[in-house]
Parts: sequence; structure tokens; C-alpha cells
Amino acid sequence: MEFFKNPNINWMGKIKYFVTLSVVLLLIGLGAYLHDGGLLYGIDFRGGTLIYVRFANTPPIAKIRSALAQEGLGDSTIQSVYDPSNPASKNDVMIGLKETGSVTTRLDAGRAAIMDALSKTFSGPAGKRDFNAATPSELAAYLTRQDPLHLGPVVGDKYKQLAAALTHYRDSDSGGLVHTLADLKTVPGVTPAVVASLQQGFYPGSYVIRDVRIVGPQVGKQLRRQAILATLYALAGMLIYVAFRFEWVYGAAAVIAVFHDVLITLGFFCLFHFEISLTVIAALLTLVGYSMNDTIVIFDRVRENLRLMRREPFPEIVNRSINQTLSRTILTSGLTFLAVLVLFLLGGRVLHPFAFAMVVGVVVGTYSSFGIAAPIVIAWNKYRGLPSSRGAGSGSGGRPPKARAADRRLATAGRR
Amino acid sequence: MSQNLKWKALFIVFIVVACFWGLFARPSFPTSWAQVKRNFQHGIKLGLDLQGGTQLVLQVQVNQAVRFVSNRAVDTLTNELQRKNIKVGDIRQVSDTEILVSNVAPDQSSAFASVVRDYLPDWAAAMAAGQGNGYMLTLKAAAVSQIKSQTMTESVETIRRRIDQLGLTEPKIAKTGSQDDQILVELPGEGNPAQAKAVIKAGGQLELRLVLAGPYTSEAEALAQHGGLLPPGSEILPGSPGGSNQPGTATAYWLVSQNPIVTGADLRSATAGPNPEMPGQWQVNFDLSRGAAQRFGPFTQRNIGKQLAIVLDHRVQSAPVIQGHISDSGVITGNFTAEQAKDLAMVLRAGALPASIKYLEESTVGPSLGADSIREGVRASIISLIAVMIFLLIYYRVSGINAVLALILNLVILMAALAYFKAVLTLPGIAGVILTIGMGVDSNVLVFERIREELRAGKANASAVDLGFERAFLTIIDTHVTTVVSAIFLFMFGTGPVRGFAITLIIGLIANIFTSIYVSRAIFDWHLGRMTRQAELSI
Repeated sequence: MEFFKNPNINWMGKIKYFVTLSVVLLLIGLGAYLHDGGLLYGIDFRGGTLIYVRFANTPPIAKIRSALAQEGLGDSTIQSVYDPSNPASKNDVMIGLKETGSVTTRLDAGRAAIMDALSKTFSGPAGKRDFNAATPSELAAYLTRQDPLHLGPVVGDKYKQLAAALTHYRDSDSGGLVHTLADLKTVPGVTPAVVASLQQGFYPGSYVIRDVRIVGPQVGKQLRRQAILATLYALAGMLIYVAFRFEWVYGAAAVIAVFHDVLITLGFFCLFHFEISLTVIAALLTLVGYSMNDTIVIFDRVRENLRLMRREPFPEIVNRSINQTLSRTILTSGLTFLAVLVLFLLGGRVLHPFAFAMVVGVVVGTYSSFGIAAPIVIAWNKYRGLPSSRGAGSGSGGRPPKARAADRRLATAGRR
Repeated sequence: MSQNLKWKALFIVFIVVACFWGLFARPSFPTSWAQVKRNFQHGIKLGLDLQGGTQLVLQVQVNQAVRFVSNRAVDTLTNELQRKNIKVGDIRQVSDTEILVSNVAPDQSSAFASVVRDYLPDWAAAMAAGQGNGYMLTLKAAAVSQIKSQTMTESVETIRRRIDQLGLTEPKIAKTGSQDDQILVELPGEGNPAQAKAVIKAGGQLELRLVLAGPYTSEAEALAQHGGLLPPGSEILPGSPGGSNQPGTATAYWLVSQNPIVTGADLRSATAGPNPEMPGQWQVNFDLSRGAAQRFGPFTQRNIGKQLAIVLDHRVQSAPVIQGHISDSGVITGNFTAEQAKDLAMVLRAGALPASIKYLEESTVGPSLGADSIREGVRASIISLIAVMIFLLIYYRVSGINAVLALILNLVILMAALAYFKAVLTLPGIAGVILTIGMGVDSNVLVFERIREELRAGKANASAVDLGFERAFLTIIDTHVTTVVSAIFLFMFGTGPVRGFAITLIIGLIANIFTSIYVSRAIFDWHLGRMTRQAELSI
């Protein structure tokens, strides 16, 4: 099977369309950015408190809100985070607090207040504990004390294992919430006596805290700085390596193209109101690597063709290189796109922003290799006054001796 | 099969066996499926975001410790100048690391300098303008960083000791942050942040209490000795009979007074030194604050000959005998080796955290969310991997099998390397795995497309494969090295999640070079060796 047989497309004749497209995409991103008044930072970079709660029934938002207002947290945001790919998340809610306190106030005051408000609103029967909030060791201790299986003094690890099985059922099989304790009888090893014993001491709480994240205000700033610095260093490292293996203008072109991809992806984040979190930074780095990979494949081919096609004008060589690698580009990008699309559709809430960045990034990254990186090299050669006949290197038909020596080294290493 | 190919095959089989060994046969060789599963879970450590647990980031106010050293230097200087009768105007601490001394009597300049040299060796004195014959003393940079790093080490130790009381499995306490002034506390599983904070905060948990009776070998014995009823104002505390402060060592029980006489907050310093009266033995010297000394003096006077329990975080560390009246400074003697005395001094010093701490970050991932993330992440990865493989098989036919094998081996090596290096798999780490798969596919596609080109150009099978690999080699090296270079930078400068991404990416890419060039090539060679010259290569 084959998609393309000897494609012959004049890519470099379409540079002005590419430039227009990129400018339009960048402007859309900039517009969204200005409209939102900046990037929508996630809690990692913004600071604040975020509590992710799963309710057994439709969450009584108004009730929660008034309970929070009583604790002096009237400005908290309550948001449904229903993810259609996961039916268990139907009643999931994210309660958020802006970091308003100064450094001296307690970092977790907001969390404590939210927890208080929740437990007041949803208190269970007196004297019983919430099964959905119980830890394995609590359960194990309770069961050992009650001894519903009548194991006597030689209990051993039996109840510990039972407690682990119970919490595993709760957390992995029923999404963290057990609706009635009678459901527990399906857990292997659980007898009716165990269920009865649990029912005496526990009740199935109507909510469970799934995730708490509290970030101090100065940490957000620090994480932001560190993420940007790490990315810039990584880009600089790539620039140097590509410049060493090719020529500096290739390195610069590749880095500019990657930068372009990151900016456009960030623009899409603004447009679709996705938050920038640490996971998204990982996605941006992934796309940097991916886009760079794509660009280098084309540059490698250009370098090879420069040696083979000494008389062709440089833009023609670039065209030929892009066409020769086209089926590889389509194939790799298509497969990667397929993979991240599955991730986007099925990967769940936590991976969602990551997958979104990748879906956008794969498309933009592929496009930028021929739409941005290659034209920059052509433009540079033109600017240097080469009659666009000879490309990289000079009219005397060569690239700097150092680069050629490096080629030879690697080529011989490859032959084996 | 040619000789060369046999060696290659042997090497590949060796790698595969080593990987499976690392994933499934450690720590002990499995005899059942359940154990295979257990070994795998033991090998692939999950990060807190996948496993559930609590993470705290706190910052140690290291400058406080520096300021404290400067305060003491002002005290020392004042005392020594007075003792040597050197006249100065004013001694003032102008910043955490600077002390300004004005109007030193001109004829005593050299005496002043020698006091600084002898008593404050970590300080550098320089003439200060506009202060008469004034001097600015500056704490040397080396000393500052020494104080800071010692503060951090002691803080980490103290926090670890306190967290250990919770009895959690594998808590992790480590220095972190670009300024090296932060501590990361990771409590996997059911760690509760409020509880963890409570134990960490329990500062000044050092207490000196009067021993009423003991030691006993068990709590029950202690109770039995008192007719099952403790005397009022007393309680039973566990401790170690020796000088060791490790929890979990052989335990003894003491009956001690409920109220401490002195707490960690009252302690000014504690140092280990040789016992001048008993050569070969060591002791711990300590200083008390003025207020505490006023209480401690009469107390020791009344209780000479009795034992004093040194209680740290509710454990009796040692129970020396009160030898005499102690006011503001005293010694703890006992049958200490140098090592034990230093430990005890550190325990006393570290009893209170050396500097106050501030919480920067807290995150608790519930176990059900972690389970969801794993399930969804793994399901999505597997579906996309299968889709990619099916496509490769359709597109490249028989050669597609080759690509699929290379991809699977790539993943196996990556997982095994994570297990061998004890690296932690996090959510961003999964992102790294996905990029690895993408680049793995790309390497295969690069090679195969190149082979197709050569075949189209009319080359024979063997030479097309040869040229395909040779031409794609440079490209693959370039793309991989570029990405590895950037990943190394990310690893060096990034924080937690970014580093998790970088580490899986680096391992994955190295594995990928091996599988897509070496292994894939070997499979091609083996396949070509079985084909007739005229047969068409299925690619």
C-alpha cells in the first residue's frame, strides 16, 4: 500500500500562503489572548486551592455555595467537571478558591473551610464513620476489633487483606464512592457477617474528596519561571546541536519553527479556554520534540540532496526534499495524530489538556517544518545575495569543511 | 544464518531476557502468576499522581538560622571586648550577615582585630567609613552557605524523624528547589496532609522530664509495678535503652513526669565533646536560655541523684543521672562514644527545627482518582498503540511485522529500564512514553520509505535494505540526539513533573535507536537470508 507515488508539488512556490496562514493563526491566538486578558493559568502556576469532589447524587450546588458563604468563602467557584467518556464523573464538581491570603495566613485555611462546609452539609448518622472516607488501616483496625469472621486471637493479616480488597473495590471498581454498603458483598472474601459488621460502624457517605491541590502564590511564580527557563534551555540545546550538525541558519530556522508551534498551540489554549498546567508544559515539550524531529528529517534530506544535485537552484532542492519525505511525513504525522486523538477522546480528564495540546501540536508541528522552517532557510540564502542557485554553503559548492567532516564521521559509523 | 547474524540474534535475545528478568523476576523469581504481577508492580513505581498520596513542599527560612548565628556573634563580641577591656562605641547588627562596630579606641585596633580573629573566625573585619575608627564585620560567604546547608540537613532529618512516627510505607523526604531551601515530603497511599503537618509542626518536641521509675521491658510490666494505676502527673513513655535514636530498635519503657521541666525552646546550644574526667568517653554540653536556667537550677538542686529523661518526639532518648546543680549550662554524661554523643547533640539541637518553615504547596490525590488516571491512560495508550500497529501491518505488510516487533521491544526495554533505575512513572512520564512511541514509528517509517525508494530505483532487495538503513541512519541519529539533548536540559533545569517526562524520554529514545536500527536490521537480514534472490520484498 502506498499513498503517494512520486509527488511533485511546488511547496516553495506557496511560501506566501504559508506566511499568511501562520500570521492568521498567530493573530487569532493573539486576539484570544488579549480577549481573555492573558493565559488561563492552572492552579500550578496561579496559586490557590482546588478541591475535586465526587458526589453520589446530583450535587446541591446552591446548598454548598451557601455553606461556603457561611465560612466566608463566598467568592469560591463551583464548577461541574463531567467528562462524557467517564459516566462515573456525572456528579463531579471542582471547588476552587483564589489565593487571596498573604504569606502569613495558613495555606490550607481554605481547604479546611471547604471540608467543614461539606461535612456539615452532608453529615451522616451520629456515631458512625464514613465508609467512603475510610483508609485501609482504619477498616483493618475496625474489622480486627469486631472480628465478624470469628477468627479469634490468631487473626494474622486476614483483615488487613480484606480491608485492602474493600478499598480496592471502592476506589478502582466503583470510582471512589460506594452507594450502599450492601454492594460490598460482591467483594471476594466478604461474607454477610462482614457487611453487617461494617453497617454497624459505617455509613456510605454521599461524597468523596478525590483530589486536593493547594499552591502558595509565590510557588506559582517560581514554577512558571522554572518551566519557561527549562524550555528555553532545551531550545538552546537543540539550536546548538542542529547548528553544529548543519549550519547555524538551519538551527535558527528549526527553533523559530518550533517557537511558532508553541505560540499557535498556546493561542488555541486561549481560544478554547483550556488551562495551562504542568501537564500542559509536558505536552508543549513533547510537541517541541516532535516538531523538531519533523524539521530535521526534511533538513537531513536537503543536506543529502545538496550533495547529489549540484546544479539545481536551492528552492528546487528543498521542494524535492519535501516531496521525497512526504509520504513519511504524512504517515508519521497521521499515526501520531491518530494516537493523540484516541488519547484526547478516551484519555480521561487528567490527560485531556495534554492530549489537546498534542492534537493541535502534531498538525501545526508538521506544517511548520515545510511551511516555516524551510522557507526561513531559503529566505536567508536569498538575503545573503546568493543567486538562489546554490543553497547552504557557498558558490564553490560546499558546506563548511567542519560540517562535512562531521557527516563523514557519522556516515562511516552508519555503514558498519 | 550467517555467523554475524547469529551473534546479533544472541545479543538481542540476551537483552530481551534481561528486560523480562528486570520486570518480572525481581525481587524474587516468580513461581506463580500472582507473583509475576506483584514483581511487576514492585518494579514499576508509580508517582503520587497515579498511585494516590500526599505531597507537601515546604520552605525552610534558612536566613533565620544565619541571623541566629549573627546574634550569637554579637553576644560573643560584646562579652570578649568587655573582658579584654577594649573600648568601642556601639555594636550593632545591620543585616543578617553584617555587624557594625563603631569608634574602636584607636590604640586598641590591633587588640580588637585579634579578638575578631580568635573568637569569630568566620567573620571578616574591614574599616567602615564615617564611624570613627569603625569596623564592619561580615560573615564569610563560605560560612553562610555552610550554615544554610547544615540547617537544611538538620531540618530534613528532623522532619524525617517526625514523619516516621506516622508509620507510613516509604515516605520520601528530600531537599528540592532551585535555591536548595525547600523540602519535598511525599507520603504515598493513605497519608493525610493535616496529620502530616501536625507532626511536622510539632516543634520544640524536645523535653527534659524527671524519671520516676524504670526502665521496664514492656508497658504492661510498668503498669503492673504500680498496681495497674499510674501515679498522678506521670505517664509511660517508650524509649531505647542505648543512646540510639532510631525508632524501631529494642524498646524500653520509663515512667516519667507529665510536665517537662525544660523544652526545646529553652535550649540555646548543644555540642558534643570529650569527657575531661573520663578519657575515652564523650559527653554533650548544653546551654539554656536565661529564663529556663532560673527554673532548672533549683530543680536540679532538689533532684540530685535522680534520672532526667531526655524526651524527643515522645520517645525517651536517654536518661542520664543528675550529678549536681545545673543552672544555665550543663553536661549530659553517660557511656557515650564520640558518635553517640554527636548524635545526641544533634538530636538536642534538631529537636526544635533549626529554622521556621513555611508551606508552599500541598497536593493530595485520592486513590480513586489515581486509579482512574491509570485505567484511562493505559486504555487510551493501548488502543492507540494497537491502531498504529494494525496500520503499520496493512501499509507495510510483512515488513510491518518487523516494525511492530521493534515497537513492542522498545516499550519492553523502556519499562525494564524504569524498573532497573528505580525511576518513577508519572502522568507526564506517560507523555514521554507516547512521544517515544511516536518517534519509534517514525524511525521505522523513515527506514521503510527509504527502502521503498531504493527498490523503486531498481535496486536488488539486499542492497535496497542496506542503503535504506544506511541513509536513514543519519536522520534517525540527528532527530534522536536533538531530542535527547533537549531532554537532558529539561532534566537538569526542570521541576518534578517535567523531570519525569525527561527521564522516560531519554530512556525511550536510546532504546529506540537500538530497536529501530539494530533489531529491525537483524530481522530484515534474517528474512532476506530465507528469501530467494528474485522474490519480491513485502514492504
